[in-house]
Amino acid sequence: MATETLRPEDAKRALTEAYPTKAARKRAKQIVVNAPPDAEGFRPPILSNTRTTPGVITQRGCSYAGCKGVILGPVRDILTITHGPVGCGFYSWLTRRNQTRPPSEDAPNYMPYALMTDMQENDIVFGGEKKLRKAIREAYEIFRPKAIAIAATCPVGLIGDDIHAVARDMKEELGINVFAFSCEGYKGVSQSAGHHIANNGIFEHVVGTRDEPPGGKFRINLLGEYNIGGDAFEIERILELCGITLVSTFSGNASYDQFARAHTADLNAVMCHRSINYMAEMTEEKYGIPWIKVNFIGAEATAKSLRKIAQYFGDPDLVERVEQVTADEMSRVRAVIDEVRPRTEGKTAMLFVGGSRAHHYQELFREIGMRTVAAGYEFGHRDDYEGRKVLPFIKIDADSRNIEELDVEPDPERYRPRKPPEELEALRAQGLDLGEYEGLMADMEEGSLVIDDITHYETERLIELYRPDVFCAGIKEKYVIQKHGIPMKQLHNYDYHGPYAGFRGAVRFYREIDRMASTRIWRHVTPPWAQDPRPETLRQAS
Amino acid sequence: MLLRHTPKELRKRSALTVNPAKTCQPVGALYAALGVHRCLPHSHGSQGCCAYHRSMLTRHTKEPVMAATSSFTEGASVFGGMANLTQAIENIFALYDPDVVAVHTTCLSEVIGDDIPQIVRNAADAGKIPEGRTVIHANTPSFVGSHITGFANMTRALVEYFAEPGAAPTKRINVIPGFVEPSDMAELKRLAAEMGVEILLFPDTSGVLAAPMTGRHEFYPEGGVRVEDLRTVGGSLATLALGAWASAPAAEALEKKAQVSFEVLDTPIGLLATDRFVDALRRIGGVEATVSVTRERGRLVDLLADMSQYFYGKKVALVGDPDPVIALTEFCLTLDMKPVHVVTGTPGKRFEERVRGLLEEAGVEGNVAQASDMFHFHQLIKNEPVDLIIGNTYCKYIARDERTPLVRHGFPVLDRVGHQFFPTVGYRGAMRLAEKILDAFLDRADRETDETAFELVL
Ligand code: SF4
Ligand code: SF4
Repeated sequence: MATETLRPEDAKRALTEAYPTKAARKRAKQIVVNAPPDAEGFRPPILSNTRTTPGVITQRGCSYAGCKGVILGPVRDILTITHGPVGCGFYSWLTRRNQTRPPSEDAPNYMPYALMTDMQENDIVFGGEKKLRKAIREAYEIFRPKAIAIAATCPVGLIGDDIHAVARDMKEELGINVFAFSCEGYKGVSQSAGHHIANNGIFEHVVGTRDEPPGGKFRINLLGEYNIGGDAFEIERILELCGITLVSTFSGNASYDQFARAHTADLNAVMCHRSINYMAEMTEEKYGIPWIKVNFIGAEATAKSLRKIAQYFGDPDLVERVEQVTADEMSRVRAVIDEVRPRTEGKTAMLFVGGSRAHHYQELFREIGMRTVAAGYEFGHRDDYEGRKVLPFIKIDADSRNIEELDVEPDPERYRPRKPPEELEALRAQGLDLGEYEGLMADMEEGSLVIDDITHYETERLIELYRPDVFCAGIKEKYVIQKHGIPMKQLHNYDYHGPYAGFRGAVRFYREIDRMASTRIWRHVTPPWAQDPRPETLRQAS
Repeated sequence: MLLRHTPKELRKRSALTVNPAKTCQPVGALYAALGVHRCLPHSHGSQGCCAYHRSMLTRHTKEPVMAATSSFTEGASVFGGMANLTQAIENIFALYDPDVVAVHTTCLSEVIGDDIPQIVRNAADAGKIPEGRTVIHANTPSFVGSHITGFANMTRALVEYFAEPGAAPTKRINVIPGFVEPSDMAELKRLAAEMGVEILLFPDTSGVLAAPMTGRHEFYPEGGVRVEDLRTVGGSLATLALGAWASAPAAEALEKKAQVSFEVLDTPIGLLATDRFVDALRRIGGVEATVSVTRERGRLVDLLADMSQYFYGKKVALVGDPDPVIALTEFCLTLDMKPVHVVTGTPGKRFEERVRGLLEEAGVEGNVAQASDMFHFHQLIKNEPVDLIIGNTYCKYIARDERTPLVRHGFPVLDRVGHQFFPTVGYRGAMRLAEKILDAFLDRADRETDETAFELVL
């Protein structure tokens, strides 16, 4: 196989040589050959969370997509109105596969609805605030929601509509919570800016508005899990088996009230570090809730995450229950691994997607003996690659500075350190990595390629160079890869399959990869006559 | 219920759109640009729009959809997008080597007011556009019209940039297909060839968005109208613009630029609209309708007559883009069905006039709305239930809630395949549509009829 002979440095050169000088220089800093940590534990630095070079054909979307689509999208009972022309709201309508389970037949569920102001030329010229106000009133009349969110698209910021003022007025007028997100698509450099903006808004306007905690002894929030294809349901199942209470999820299968009382949890478990670490940090500062990084993608990773939660609470019964649940589930998982592994062992994968999935899913591939030879994020930051220890060294550029950082202080009434500092220290000493994330590079082999914001051009070259057995990315890449005769797995929407989280999800994923790597149709790409282009009759004639 | 908050009671809305029945201009412009051979569409604005447009078109076609973006950040939105577009042009030619870059604007660059031709001229002066390559543009602000307007604007740009006024006369007829599937475009070409009429179809996405699997991704597949051919459209006998919304503006521009006369016809969906298309080809092309095409027609009429009992009197609700929906309304009437709700999201009063005219002529009473949305469409159905819905994939939520069969048609169809390969235009397309409608009725009958009345033969 090509991979055995190809030096990663040469691959890197092949990926960048066609670029004009300026673009080549920048791309060279975003393509890194993974190396072991240096003496102080640092990985080679990777340029990331930086502007996409115009014209390269990028995977990335915008801040509106990160805010309205990713974070607000999965919440079933906040009525979101997109303020802008028709398109942005249309494209974000039901396309992300967030599942939700309203508690009853008549409980609110706004997810199948796309609401927008559909701004017309007049609104652009004379301002759209009037139309927005009216749209909110009309929406309220129809839906009677307990909360309305307004999401701005690109033109809104530019024409100077004050959506926050509109939100304040409408809050007063309607007597429900109304809040706005200035998530215009040009903010920041990717969806990532939108996550931050959404976190800020939910934190400011919703979290902490309902003080009564749910029952349960071990109460956690799950941050950064969006219930694509039902992932959150599987995690909910496992947590319940362990006797852990989920106060809220940000934001898979979530509801407004869950957010409102998120501050009553005693631990934040962070799945997607990129999209939600802001919420973890802000709730720690304001309410005193510590956080740990977890990962429910991968059976071993799930088991490890449960153990971390149990270790945090330090309750022997919980520890034991977690061990029981894990043992029970793992026996089923192992049976499937044994079955699948002979067919998947030694195969290779590439993952270019999102801001955490390119890391998390490596775990699942590893469990069935597959190697990840190249990976990278669409909108990750350096800390997602190199680990949080680089945070103090990240230069804040103009694009990041434009995204508001909230000034958060301990809440005078609600701040309550969940554990005394000595206890937290003791936990750290026992190896519990509170408030830490090691990043993707730590889990990747030496010599593998780490590529930030991969371009279409590089994707095609990479495939030609390595011919991986499975390639993971998003819908825009899907059919390009498959035209090359390589099976492609979408890791934003799972190809309308899943869930892949937790124990049952892991089993489903192993079987899915097994299916992909052994699907017969890939063997028939070349027609039989291509091997023997000269028909018998011609051969006789010559 | 999926759409549990949609009340039966209709209430007037003037500011709020719920579940739109249209989308924004650039996606139409991008689709039209893909119908030019070796053309790379380019979205001038923030990158989110382009990501959304490519995703939607990919989900619809299950094919690679290539397009680049200017990737605006806050700076560009304040200082204008010149630097971004210039850099994009340089990178695009270095990496992807297109013959044509087709720039469309987005809401953002429209509000900023970037002067695209000026930026392109500067880039050309600075030597950033290789010899023999062209960068064209269309303004596509989404606060005007819809994706259909965007398609029309980019198609018009093809005429404005490439058509040569003094082109040598040919025996060709220009055909502008409108926002239809690649399969439809292929079918229009087949029909004309069958009649021995030489046409030049533009844009032409057949062969671009239905590429074979070969083990290699062809960045620029075989298909698409050639630039050399676009240069000659000014010498054609006439232009047939299929669809007043999507195709007429380009035909008008060509008449102005090169005095090519044009006729605006309906999208040739259904028996009568196809008759008019075929007849126009015959008249202008100066040929007889061939035996083979007449036979195709005869086969269609045969099917429709034999199965007429199943269509007769059935109520239909139609939603989609104005050009195809007008033709579908007429086709439903040909089948003696009753289009009682006919809705488009794209604005244009002429839509209501035209559809009302068709309904009145047939003595059918129905609700007709333009610049409307699917929420309204659903409410109409709640007030007067129908036997069939024809519309895009989003209709499946309505169809399921109202337990009504759905035939998918239009943009986007995200959850079924077939539209990429099997046309709905022409006589053959009408057969396919009739088959789909029949299947919808008969599958339902097979599912729901009680056991005593269950039938083997239908
Ligand atoms: S900003 Fe305009 S062009 Fe971009 S997706 Fe939204 S409506 Fe379409
Ligand atoms: S207009 Fe802006 S907010 Fe809307 S899709 Fe485009 S980049 Fe995103």
